[in-house]
Amino acid sequence: MSAVIDDHGHAGHDHHHGPAKGLSRWLLTTNHKDIGSMYLWFSFCAFLLGGSMAMVIRAELFQPGLQIVQPEFFNQMTTMHGLIMVFGAVMPAFVGLANWMIPLMIGAPDMALPRMNNFSFWLLPAAFGLLVSTLFMEGGGPNFGWTFYAPLSTTYAPESVTFFIFAIHLMGISSIMGAINVIATILNLRAPGMTLMKMPLFVWTWLITAFLLIAVMPVLAGVVTMMLMDIHFGTSFFSAAGGGDPVLFQHVFWFFGHPEVYIMILPAFGAVSSIIPAFSRKPLFGYTSMVYATGAIAFLSFIVWAHHMFTVGIPLTGELFFMYATMLIAVPTGVKVFNWVSTMWRGSLTFEAPMLFAVAFVILFTIGGFSGLMLAIAPADFQYHDTYFVVAHFHYVLVPGAIFGIFASAYYWLPKWTGHMYDETLAKLHFWMSFIGMNLAFFPMHFVGLAGMPRRIPDYNMMFANFNMVSSVGAFMFGATQLLFLFIVIKCIRGGEPAPAKPWDGAEGLEWSVPSPAPYHTFQTPPDMSDVHEHRKGTGGELTP
Amino acid sequence: MSRHPCIWMGLGLSAIFGQAQAAWDVNMRSGATDVSRSVFDLHMTIFWICVVIGVLVFGVMIWSMVAHRRSKRQHSAHFHENTRVEVLWTVIPLLILVGMAIPATRTLIHIYDSSESDVDVQITGYQWKWHYKYLGEDVEFFSNLTTPREQINNQAPKGENYLLEVDEPLVIPAGAKVRFLITAADVIHSWWVPDLAVKKDAIPGFINESWTRVEEPGIYRGQCTELCGKDHGFMPVVVEVKSAEDYAAWLGEKKAEAAKVAELTSKDWTLAELTERGEKIYQTSCASCHQVGGEGIPPMFPALKGSAIATGDIEAHINIVVNGKPGTAMAAFGKQLSEVDLAAVITYERNAWGNETGEMVTPKDVLDFKQAEEATQ
Repeated sequence: MSAVIDDHGHAGHDHHHGPAKGLSRWLLTTNHKDIGSMYLWFSFCAFLLGGSMAMVIRAELFQPGLQIVQPEFFNQMTTMHGLIMVFGAVMPAFVGLANWMIPLMIGAPDMALPRMNNFSFWLLPAAFGLLVSTLFMEGGGPNFGWTFYAPLSTTYAPESVTFFIFAIHLMGISSIMGAINVIATILNLRAPGMTLMKMPLFVWTWLITAFLLIAVMPVLAGVVTMMLMDIHFGTSFFSAAGGGDPVLFQHVFWFFGHPEVYIMILPAFGAVSSIIPAFSRKPLFGYTSMVYATGAIAFLSFIVWAHHMFTVGIPLTGELFFMYATMLIAVPTGVKVFNWVSTMWRGSLTFEAPMLFAVAFVILFTIGGFSGLMLAIAPADFQYHDTYFVVAHFHYVLVPGAIFGIFASAYYWLPKWTGHMYDETLAKLHFWMSFIGMNLAFFPMHFVGLAGMPRRIPDYNMMFANFNMVSSVGAFMFGATQLLFLFIVIKCIRGGEPAPAKPWDGAEGLEWSVPSPAPYHTFQTPPDMSDVHEHRKGTGGELTP
Repeated sequence: MSRHPCIWMGLGLSAIFGQAQAAWDVNMRSGATDVSRSVFDLHMTIFWICVVIGVLVFGVMIWSMVAHRRSKRQHSAHFHENTRVEVLWTVIPLLILVGMAIPATRTLIHIYDSSESDVDVQITGYQWKWHYKYLGEDVEFFSNLTTPREQINNQAPKGENYLLEVDEPLVIPAGAKVRFLITAADVIHSWWVPDLAVKKDAIPGFINESWTRVEEPGIYRGQCTELCGKDHGFMPVVVEVKSAEDYAAWLGEKKAEAAKVAELTSKDWTLAELTERGEKIYQTSCASCHQVGGEGIPPMFPALKGSAIATGDIEAHINIVVNGKPGTAMAAFGKQLSEVDLAAVITYERNAWGNETGEMVTPKDVLDFKQAEEATQ
C-alpha cells in the first residue's frame, strides 16, 4: 500500500499550498492538524491553570486550620478546578487528538466539516475566558462545586453564576459541533475498503464518544437553562418553595454527568488499545469484543446515573435497580482490561514512555475501577458517599485514566507531529515522577475518606492530618512534574533526532504510512484498504511479520 | 528506682503510639450499630474480592512485564482471539457480581425499614448548623459548632474534637429505635454519623427517613457531607447516646428549660443584659457571615458596622432578622431563635462596634412585631 501522495487525476486540486503566515494561520485555519494542535495547546494551558488551583487546595489542606485561603475562596478553587479539568483540559485534549489522528487513521484528507471545526475550537477560549473572569467579579466565581447542585447554585449563588451558565452553553455548543464533525468524518471519509471493523480502536471509541456527547450535552444545556430561568425569570424548576424539586436538578445533571465520565475515558481506552499492541509487538487481543465492550459501556452509562444519588432518598426499588445496573459496568470494563493483559501476554515487550504510561493506565485505572465497584454497593456507598474515598476513586480513573492516556498518546504520536523523537530519558523521568506523585497524592485519600473525612472542606480534624500532608506532598510533586512535560514537548518541537515515518517497530496503522512530520495535507488521494483482511483488525497499513 | 524511667518511657511511647495509630487510620470503623457492622462486613467482603481479582490480573501483567520483555523474547506470539476464554471472563465476573449483590440487597432492605420507631426526631439542616426537634415532646434546639475561631485561625492549640464539637448534641436513648426525619431550610445538606452508618441528604421541601438503634451509650461524631456553602466544613453532627433513665432525665430538663425561656420573654430587660446575651447569640448565629467585628465580607455578606439597617429604622432591622432576605444567604431567624434571643441580638447589633444608637429592642417588641405580621396575613 502506497504512502506516496498521488497528484495525478486531480487536476483541479493539485495546487498544494502550505499553511498561511502569521496570526491568520491560526485564526482562520481549517486544517485538521493546525486545529488539533490548537486544541492540544489549549488543553495543556487549562491543565496548568486547573492544576495550579489544585495546588492551592492542597496547600490549604497541608495542615489542619485555615492558613492560606478563606472557605469562600476555597470553594471557588474546588469548583473551578473541577470545571477547568473536565471541560478545559481532558475533553479538549481528546478532541485535539481526534482532530490530528482520526483523518490520519482512516485515510481522510481532513475532517468532514473544516470550517465548523475552526468555530468549535475558537468558542473554547471565549467560554473559558468568561468562566475564569468570574473569579474577579464582585462576589467571586462559582463556589458550588463542579456538580453545581441547586439551590446552592441558584438562589444562593454569587451573581457571577449567569456568566458561568453562558460559559457552559458555549462549551456545550463547541462539544456538540466537535462531535458532529467526528461522526461525519468517520462515517463518510474512510478510505475505500476501510470497513468499520478495520478501524483502529481509537476511531471506534471516538465514534461512540461522539454519540454520547450529542446525547448528553443538550441535557447539560437544558439543566443550566432551567437554572437561568429560576434565577432571572421567576420559575421554580429547582425551588421547593415554588413547587419545584431540588432533586430534579440532580437527576438531570447526572443524566448528563455519568455519560460525561465515559466521554472522558473512552478515547483513552482507544489510544491505549493502539499503544499496548505496538510495544508488545503483538496484535490487539479480542478486537471485536473491545468494540462491543465499548458499546456496552456507552449503553450502560445512560442507565446508572442515580448511583451518584444513593443518599438523596430514592425508593428501595430504584436504589436496587441503579445498584445492579452500576455493578454490570464491571463486566465490559473487565473484558477490556483482560484483553489488554492478554495482548501483553507472550509479547515481546519494551517500555518506552508511551508504553509506561499505557501500562500504568491499565493498572491504576483498574484500581479506580475496583473502588468504583465498591461505590456501586448502595449500603456501603452510604459510608463512602461525598467523602475523600470518592475523591480518591474519581482521581484514580481520571488522572491515570484520562490524563495518563493523553500523555501516552502524546509521546506515541509526538514523532509524527513534530518529525523529531522526544527525549526518552526525560520522558521516563516525567513518567516516574508523575506515577509516584500521583499515587502519593491520591492513594491516601482512600484512607482519610474511609476514616470519615468529607470532601469539599477547607479544614479538618487532626485525625486526618497525617495522610493529608502526604497527599499534599504527592500533589506538589505531580504538579511540578508537568512543567517537565512542557519542556520535553518544546524540546521535541525545536529539534532532536529526526523521526522516521514509523518510529515504533511494532506500531500499525495508516498514520505511520505518511512521513514524519506529517505533511500539511495528507491522503488527498485515499489509500486503498481492500487488501487488508478484517482478521487483522484495527491495523491498517503494512503488517509487521 | 532504676526501673522508673523505663516504665515512664513505655507509657509515653504507648501514648504516642496510640495517638499515632488513630491518625494513621486506613479503614472504615465497624461502628456502633447492627447496620454499621453489616455495612462494614459488606465493605470488607467486596474489598477482599477486589484484592483477589487485583492480585490475579496484576500478577499476570507483571509476569508478562518481567518474562516477556524483548530482551528475553525476540519474537512475540501472534494469537489475538480465543472465544472460549472471552466467554469465560465475561461469565465469571457476572457470577461474582451476583454473589456481591445478594448480601448488599439484604442489608439495603434492612436499612430501608424505618417502621416501628420508639423515638422520632426531625433533623433540619440550616446554613451552617443542625436543628433537632423531638416530635411529640415539645423539645427543639439548634446544634452549633463550638470550636473557637482562634483554633481555626491557628492562634490557639487545637483541641481533640477540633471541628467535631457542638454546644448541644442530639441526645438519643440507647437500645431504642430512633427514626430521623431529615429535611433542610435553605440548601441541601447531608446528615452523617459514620459510627451509625447513617447518611441521608437534607433537602429543602423533602422529608427523608432514616433510623438507628445504638446499643451502647457514648458520643458519636460526624459532619455535614453535602457542599452547602461557605461553612460546609464547619457544621458537625454530634450524637450523645444516653441510657434510658439518663435520657428521660435529660428530656425532663429540656422541657423545664423551654418553660423558662417563655418566662424570660416577659421579664424587664436592661440594655446591658440584652447586649451581653446578644453578643453570645451573635457569635453563634451571625458572626460566620457578618464577622466578629461586624465588618462582613462584602458584597456577599454586608457589613453591619455602621450599616443603614443596624443604625436606622428599628422595625426594618427586626424585619430583616425575623424574615431574612429572600434570594440571599440571609436566613429568616424568626423561627430559629426565641423572642429573647432575637431581641438580644438586634440590641447588640445596634450598640456594638460603634453603632452607638443606645436603642433597645425588648422581647416584647419582637413578639408584637411577629403578632402584627401574623394578623396581616
